[in-house]
Amino acid sequence: MATLSLRRPPKSATRQHSLLLGLLFISPWLIGFLLFTIYPLVSSLYYGFTRYDLLNPPVPLGLGNYIDIFTQDPHFGKVVYNTLYYVGLSAPLGVVAAFLMASLLNTEMAGRSVFRAIFFFPAIVPAVVTAMVWAFLLNVQYGAINSTLAGLGLSTIPFLSSPELAKPSLILIHMWAQGNAIVIFLASLQDVPRSLYEAATVDGANTWHKFWNITVPMCTPVILFNLIMGFIGGFQNFILPWLLTQGGPNQATEFYSVYLYRNAFSYFRMGKASALAWILFVIIVTFTVILFKSSARWVYYGGGEE
Amino acid sequence: MATQARASTPSITVTVAKRERARPRSGPALIATVLRYLLLIVLALTFLLPFYWMASSALKNDSQVYTVPPVWIPRPAHWNNFPDAWLQYDFNRYMLNTVVRYALPATVATTLASALVAYGFSRLRWPGRDAFFFVCLMTMMIPFQVTMVPLFIVFKRLGWLNSYLPLVVPAFCGSPYFIFMLRQFFMTIPQELSDAARIDGAGEFSILLRIVLPLAQPALTVVALFQFMWSWNDYLGPLIYISKTALYPLALAINQLRTILVGVGLAPLAYPYLMAVSTVTTVPILIGFFFTQRTFIEGISLTGIKG
Repeated sequence: MATLSLRRPPKSATRQHSLLLGLLFISPWLIGFLLFTIYPLVSSLYYGFTRYDLLNPPVPLGLGNYIDIFTQDPHFGKVVYNTLYYVGLSAPLGVVAAFLMASLLNTEMAGRSVFRAIFFFPAIVPAVVTAMVWAFLLNVQYGAINSTLAGLGLSTIPFLSSPELAKPSLILIHMWAQGNAIVIFLASLQDVPRSLYEAATVDGANTWHKFWNITVPMCTPVILFNLIMGFIGGFQNFILPWLLTQGGPNQATEFYSVYLYRNAFSYFRMGKASALAWILFVIIVTFTVILFKSSARWVYYGGGEE
Repeated sequence: MATQARASTPSITVTVAKRERARPRSGPALIATVLRYLLLIVLALTFLLPFYWMASSALKNDSQVYTVPPVWIPRPAHWNNFPDAWLQYDFNRYMLNTVVRYALPATVATTLASALVAYGFSRLRWPGRDAFFFVCLMTMMIPFQVTMVPLFIVFKRLGWLNSYLPLVVPAFCGSPYFIFMLRQFFMTIPQELSDAARIDGAGEFSILLRIVLPLAQPALTVVALFQFMWSWNDYLGPLIYISKTALYPLALAINQLRTILVGVGLAPLAYPYLMAVSTVTTVPILIGFFFTQRTFIEGISLTGIKG
């Protein structure tokens, strides 16, 4: 990452002046950081050790919420299972889908920007519209897919209304909305030096060899980036399960963030919701650290100019 | 000077143009091209299917909705579903709420604040700058769920529930994502320009206003576009803070319409009306994207690659 070169060695008076000037310029963020990040972070930690229903003052509970979540809560295990199922499949599948589509687009051809726009569209549609359209599209009776199946005399598929298919259906919708990842992959595919492919062609490599031995390794840093984004987004997945399935059927889509929201704003268990949030935070940080640690084994950092 | 600026601006089009235009097409290469196109077309149609289903269903009447197999081209098309649904359920009000109360103020506030902060993180040299910037980047890692509950409690105490203040006021502090994006862009602007202005006695603030901001217009456009789109699309924020129907943004109003129409034993025209307002809500975003595609996509690649 480029940093500005030091032009004049700062003297202590100018040093203090420059510090004040710097702080002045970043003051909007600094104020926001203290008010909307640090304060909520600290008080969330505190609320996590209390029982708080918004009406009465918080009652200190010690580790009560955490003990309740891990040992008594009948739903927590199922919620964690659902979330790991969803994250474990949606993040890698999303990355694979995005990478393949970006690779398909990574060639000079007519209509390239039109295809790119089409693949990108789902990423910018309001989530509520995505929910409404897919709810209708996947509807057992009137949806396009099932209505077509029924017209052909085939049996219908209860995409969102069966506990077995609800999670895969949500993963399918997730794979549809990979626009951001596609665009990021496309940019990184174009950074792969042409000379590598030319050299491989001279050596008699076929398209598959070139893809697997040049394209994929050269793109591993961006694969890691998109994978981490996929994991973080997956753990926080809320709107679609909230609107499409309300956590059902039979709690099949009661994901972590849905359960957390329900505890906070349906049951007004602010203390328990805060404890849940901190557990989520720890899980996300752990996952990210593990991914970064693993990256030494499979991510190729080479040819960096900076 | 000029090369420095050009080299660090990501440009997809340049890379594409460099490739040789006319490749000799041998048999296998031709087959590969045809296959690639076929695959792309099939994929594109699959991707467009939900959009087509939304738009075509908006034109159906009740019986066309329930026909098996499904009606793909409704004849006759019921265009009046659009004004009927939109006006009957007060969507002008919801659109005004979205734009005037939320998207516009949030966009202006976050763009200006993020530019100011990004200037401090890129064009000024001061002790501790990189440490502060690192902290700023780290805050992007904090899941919203962690701060959600305390923020709700604070805004409730302040009496800000059922207003857009909890969504707009934090925008005046900028957003780490945009600060990062603008900082990356500001660093590509030659330092000599600032130095020359400093020799002429210009203060840092006027350098920001007169030199950096005009040059950073593409990046500022990206920030403004993103924020406007996010506010327009935002569901969770309003869901937490706004419960008064009259104050709903489009996102909440659409789900409310579903509750009214579909929830209560499938009122006639429930789905066409729902699809009509969904279409009207989506089209401005799609049109906006279409005309700013390059800026938009470069903005995303900028944060993804240089990150």
